[in-house]
Amino acid sequence: MTKEIIISGFGGQGVVSSGIILAYAGLIEDKHVTFFPSYGAEMRGGTANCSVVVSGEPVASPIVSNPDIVIIMNEPSLTRFEPTVKPEGMLLYNKTLIKSQPKRKDITVIPIEANAIAEELGQGRVANMVMLGTMIKKTGLLSLETLKNAQRKRFTKANEEQLTLNDKALEKGYGLLENFK
Amino acid sequence: MKKIFGRPAGLTEILQRYCPGCGHGIVHRIIGELLVKLDIRERTIGIAPVGCSVFADEYFNCDMIQPPHGRGPAVATGLKRTRPECIVFSYQGDGDLAAMGTAEIIHAAARNENITVIFINNAIFGMTGGQMAPTTLPGMKSTTSVKGRDIRKQGYPIRVCEMLASLDGPYYLERCVVDTPKNVIRSEKALKTAFMNQIDNKGFSLVEILSTCPTGWGQTPIQAKKWLGEAMVQYYPLGVYRDRSKEEK
Amino acid sequence: MAEKKLMYGNHAIVEGVLAAGCRFFAGYPITPQNEIPELMSIRMNEIGGVFVQTGSEVAAINMLFGAAAAGKRAMTSSSSPGISLMQEGISYIAGADIPVLVVNVVRGGPGLGNIAPAQSDYYQATRGGGHGDYFTITLAPNSAQDLYEFPRLAFELAEKYRNPALILADGLLGQMMEPVELSDELVDPNSLAENEWALSGCKGRERRIVRSYDLRPGKLEEWNLRRIEKYEKIKKNEQRFEATDCDDADLVIVAYGTCSRVSDAAVKMARDKGFKVGLLRPITLWPFPWDVFADMSKRIENFLVVEMSCGQMIDDVKLATECRSKIHFHGRPGGGVPTPPEVYKEIEKVLGGAQ
Repeated sequence: MTKEIIISGFGGQGVVSSGIILAYAGLIEDKHVTFFPSYGAEMRGGTANCSVVVSGEPVASPIVSNPDIVIIMNEPSLTRFEPTVKPEGMLLYNKTLIKSQPKRKDITVIPIEANAIAEELGQGRVANMVMLGTMIKKTGLLSLETLKNAQRKRFTKANEEQLTLNDKALEKGYGLLENFK
Repeated sequence: MKKIFGRPAGLTEILQRYCPGCGHGIVHRIIGELLVKLDIRERTIGIAPVGCSVFADEYFNCDMIQPPHGRGPAVATGLKRTRPECIVFSYQGDGDLAAMGTAEIIHAAARNENITVIFINNAIFGMTGGQMAPTTLPGMKSTTSVKGRDIRKQGYPIRVCEMLASLDGPYYLERCVVDTPKNVIRSEKALKTAFMNQIDNKGFSLVEILSTCPTGWGQTPIQAKKWLGEAMVQYYPLGVYRDRSKEEK
Repeated sequence: MAEKKLMYGNHAIVEGVLAAGCRFFAGYPITPQNEIPELMSIRMNEIGGVFVQTGSEVAAINMLFGAAAAGKRAMTSSSSPGISLMQEGISYIAGADIPVLVVNVVRGGPGLGNIAPAQSDYYQATRGGGHGDYFTITLAPNSAQDLYEFPRLAFELAEKYRNPALILADGLLGQMMEPVELSDELVDPNSLAENEWALSGCKGRERRIVRSYDLRPGKLEEWNLRRIEKYEKIKKNEQRFEATDCDDADLVIVAYGTCSRVSDAAVKMARDKGFKVGLLRPITLWPFPWDVFADMSKRIENFLVVEMSCGQMIDDVKLATECRSKIHFHGRPGGGVPTPPEVYKEIEKVLGGAQ
């Protein structure tokens, strides 16, 4: 089993953190992982995306051109990455910030009110955690507990309050699909 | 008969190949004597430049290294930081230090690197055949300024001590000249201070020594000594440009 | 089993260098390797090593010359434009037969180029790079694990042969994160033997001179010829490579570093479709693994060289195979990175439609 994942959005939306958390989570579950970030030309505020590969065997290419899963945080990323998803792959997008509709019919499309949910929880920037929670539930790629541990490995300097909020956002995302058709 | 004068143990037996009237021999002797007087010869690593004194690695009777042109202060940094118990000196001419190695000397001085630099300023490129140096005086003839250095086209000389004195970093900077016995003794005193500063872990010391190049200047050794004491000293004033031991008192 | 840690490639280099007992780093910031000096400044401080941020890469390589001439393990890292500045120093260091480690996290060129991954410094790395007759031992990692392990190997080879060693990485390897299995056998710098050529002050022994010049008639020629003998030994003993699925192959891809990872994925795609394709990954770029090519070229009809350049290693493949096989090329210069489907298409082009 090899899953190739691309996460894309604006700088500041936690795109890189999401990728690293997935890689940590894969490592915790004894899988082979790679993470590769790709930034816009600007250091801050530009577009950012990253590739993560989680696999049961050694990862060949860390570069992902046709992902199994994409997590789309903003409008430009939808335009860019929707066409690249493998047939029968999965596209999760942040419906709060993206007005366009994905057009592909050969893939599973999952809209998530990520920012709206995050704001309800009290902090817009945990939108990425909501997305991750939904993704692992839908794919069964990694367990919720592992993700919770992994985010603690990523945010070693964060306070307990923030870490708990992150956990809640992961749980919220994880629980979403029960109401989703 | 009692022997009262001989080769100091800080110099090798190898015959030095400098021209008649050249100042390098005088400065070599001072350093060779200091290596013995300060009892540091066996823990010293010297750095030879590129230029006439490239052969300094043959002449100083201690461990020596010969790096790329101008890079002595960087090599000295690598040596001193890994062997702080050693005494490290960099011997450099004006092409080496004030042209090719300008960046290296400035940054070593700014870091107050605990090394000793001996800078021989004879206002000319000797080894390559008398071309203009960064320290060649305005109007002075060289093989690349045959009608005399034209400041409109070839710019002005660099005064190294004054330039480095603009930095907070260096511990000790002095300019001397080796034209008369009195001034040679003054030069030895300055060099001794420069080595003592390193022994006492004080930091960066540079002694600029104005020196002769009769061959490059197209003069006899006697004429060269005279010109050194007059024209050179006039453009490059002697004296201590930085002595932080005074500030410490 | 030792602990596995998720690490950036650039951080893996730092830990690998320290695990190898190196306690001297001098360098100048340049993207995409800044994580190396940044972490090095912290780690050297922690363990009592030397970190110097220099005025230029010229100064950095010369500080290495000094530190290594003093007999200590010393390293610098930079990226392409900075490595160009170091060529003068590397030439002197090679000329003085001094072991140092230089890491090049290659970016797009020529000139200022860009900060994307590239392999366009292959010629510079494998042909000496500066002036004079010399070579540097050149290792090509392709994972964070390699980046952690190769510094030690590089120091050992450099010291064994008294020769500079280079690790040729690229921006992708440096910026990528992968799990790294850390070694629990760390080299104690104090356990390293004193060299008989190192400068340390001449107490109780003959004085020593480290230099690259000899103006006496004929002497430099002799010195160079002795160095050539050393190079022949290195060529004979140190060729390293990794061959995967080459035995029955109709086509063998030749790729190092990042391109070997991409090509590995393309090989899997091709095998799934029934193509007999293998991968030959040079690990030492100098010495190039000539022998395995000479051998394979007797039975492999096609080689496909994949590089992130306009085609540099392909010259060595042609030389090593003596052009007995057909040599095909796929290159992405200027910071372009090939994708597995892209390389797969090249395989199809050579071997025809689906089998």
